[in-house]
Amino acid sequence: MANTQAMTTSFMGELMTATHNFGTAPVRATGATDAFKAALYLASATMNASTTAYTAVNEVSGTGYSAGGVAVTFATPPTATNSSATAGVAFVTPSASITYTTVTLTTAFDAVLIYNSTQSDKAVSVHTFGSQTITAGTFTLTMPANTTSTALIRLATT
Amino acid sequence: MALVTTTKGEMDESLLEKREGFVDNDNEYTTWLEYWHEGELVHRSAHVGLKKSVSSAVEAASFN
Repeated sequence: MANTQAMTTSFMGELMTATHNFGTAPVRATGATDAFKAALYLASATMNASTTAYTAVNEVSGTGYSAGGVAVTFATPPTATNSSATAGVAFVTPSASITYTTVTLTTAFDAVLIYNSTQSDKAVSVHTFGSQTITAGTFTLTMPANTTSTALIRLATT
Repeated sequence: MALVTTTKGEMDESLLEKREGFVDNDNEYTTWLEYWHEGELVHRSAHVGLKKSVSSAVEAASFN
């Protein structure tokens, strides 16, 4: 037997459920899952890793689109899986497609921000795609498979 | 008779010119559908299938 330095995989999964707190914890009314939303951003925006929260600046606007975007469903809780003594992955993926129904968005957009609307709209992730416009139609974002290698949001040790 | 939601209200699909396309790359598989009426775009939908994760590497530092 030997000890192996590693970040525990369980810890990564627990980060996704706010089990650990090294600083000042947000006030939670319940232990229930937070609510998340998805907002679309213009191709001219600069949403990236430095984005800390939802903003209406450079968010798309148009008929049928409400500022702040639409709800994102996480029906399946995060999973944490070891791949070796030193490596593992914690991951989570929305359980349903993100759909903007009957909208007209005439200015090109190419990014979606997923954010936590329960916790002061704090940012989770930015996902980009080829530039789009929508005319009296529906825009759908279909999620990748919720696996160790393809899940939408992953924390990994190597 | 299929009806299509357009900028001019519900229209019979037979009155419209239909255009479709797709984009397939490492990041996404996207399909789009357009309907045109008398040279004017009256409907456009798009469906983006995201392929890539956003991931973050985490590490436990060693004592040196």
